[in-house]
Amino acid sequence: MLLDLSIRELQAGLAAKKFSSEDLVRKCYENIAREQPRTNAFITIVDKETALKEAKEKDAARTPSAPPLYGIPFVLKDSFATRGIRTTCASNVLRDFIPPYDATVYRRLREAGAILIGKMNMDAWGHGGSSENTDFGAVRNPWDIERVPGGSSGGCAAGVAVRMAAFAIGEDTGGSIRNPSAWCNTTGLKVTYGRVSRYGCVAYASSFDTVGPMGKSVEDCAAILEATAGNDLHDATSAPVPVPSYTAELAGAESFIKDKTIGVPRELFGEGLDPEIRASIMASIDVLKGLGMQVKELSMPLFDYGLPVYYLIAPSETSSNLARYDGVRYGGDRSNFTEETMRRIMIGTYALSAGYYDAYYRKAQKARTLFIAEYKRLLSECDVLVMPVNPTVAPKVGELMADPLANLLADVYTVSINPVGVPSLAVPSGFTKAGLPIGMQIVGKMFAESLLFQIGHAFQSETDYHTRAPKV
Amino acid sequence: MNAQMPELSISDVKKVAALASLPVSDALAEKFRPQLLSVLGFVGEIGTLDTEGVVETSQVTGLENIYREDVVEESSMFTQKEALQNAKRTHNGYFVVKAVIE
Repeated sequence: MLLDLSIRELQAGLAAKKFSSEDLVRKCYENIAREQPRTNAFITIVDKETALKEAKEKDAARTPSAPPLYGIPFVLKDSFATRGIRTTCASNVLRDFIPPYDATVYRRLREAGAILIGKMNMDAWGHGGSSENTDFGAVRNPWDIERVPGGSSGGCAAGVAVRMAAFAIGEDTGGSIRNPSAWCNTTGLKVTYGRVSRYGCVAYASSFDTVGPMGKSVEDCAAILEATAGNDLHDATSAPVPVPSYTAELAGAESFIKDKTIGVPRELFGEGLDPEIRASIMASIDVLKGLGMQVKELSMPLFDYGLPVYYLIAPSETSSNLARYDGVRYGGDRSNFTEETMRRIMIGTYALSAGYYDAYYRKAQKARTLFIAEYKRLLSECDVLVMPVNPTVAPKVGELMADPLANLLADVYTVSINPVGVPSLAVPSGFTKAGLPIGMQIVGKMFAESLLFQIGHAFQSETDYHTRAPKV
Repeated sequence: MNAQMPELSISDVKKVAALASLPVSDALAEKFRPQLLSVLGFVGEIGTLDTEGVVETSQVTGLENIYREDVVEESSMFTQKEALQNAKRTHNGYFVVKAVIE
């Protein structure tokens, strides 16, 4: 199928006039007609004629020096402001909100010539790991529609998995890009904090929030990040760090990663991890070993404190961020929040309130310092860490929502990364006997995206998991 | 890890909801209480971690005081119509807010 091709292959085909952007966009809408009723991945689909018109304009204006994403169809998590196109963040609070401005990541993609197909379903405000906490109907996993796709960027992962667009932009505060990538067999990157501008992205927990690429392969994610990363005057936390040529750096990846060391923290492979997932990650580590990488077992004694740190700081920040939704300037009133969102706001309010601040919020901020030191120590003993993304395969719809605490535990392997700020690449690492996707994380030092891409790309050159798509 | 169980009465739940300006009914407060307790009990494990002498971290960028030229950026300006387009209630080109003074 046309949309199985990588972004590089699509661009080559467009340049050679083997097919047109119009063909690509038509294909997206064909897949949407078939898959949207099954998956409910979209909240808003751009009017087909509007997208086709844009594609025809791109085809007509194409030059030999067209940038890598020119004429390529994509989708955004519905947490990004898009001028004139509603942005709901999957909440009834913003059901009718039409932003009067564009998020920086959207502006950059438009300037790069990419074509927006729609805005994707998610857990409202990023509050969840299953894309069920949404006022627009739960998203279904295209690999098994009885199961969740993961979250909170579940619509993005499901949409890419069944090729309703060539790529997606997600947002990761505690695993929201990595978790659905693993459960839907797509590739996703949680970038270094500050690598991509957050301007125009609805805030969940501002000191953890990151904007990142979701695609069919590491190579595609490298191309997307190259077009979207970089300092932005509108986001004072965006990093004034030059953006490397991530895609060019993939050439010769295998020679570059040789003799680099993988650290495997043993605490992350203990009790609670599904044996099939453990076996899959171990087999993937063997693939990396086969590529000449060294493997070192390490210890992360702080691991058990990752969830408490995350679930104190993130709700605290979200209670502050969501205080702006008063129904005055835009959006509905606060009775529109889901119960899950109300609980998170209340946990945060409690942790920040007089009498509890020291024991909860301040304590978590101190623990955050210890986590930063812990990752620094681990990443001084190795070049990257490899860990699971999820402790289990994708649960059945309804399972996580029944128990708020179980819902939190599903994030156990992803949440400790965000308080530290380091990047983490989620790549498909195999399937269970029942045919459900499994993912692994490759975690690096601050701004080590290049190395993560090189390792992930070398891995995907040796394996074909990422090329498999769900049966339609 | 053994953290002390927090205490949380229905009136505490209502108080937190009021602080967060959330309309939580008595029935919802009853429903939330055990859920919030289980989460607070879980995150309360943080109390068992030794953080003696550790400084707090609130951000990881290392950036401080980011300045820009003090110039008007016209591309970021809204017309009055744009600024008001999403408001549920407006009056003579203004947002309508709840009265805060009797």
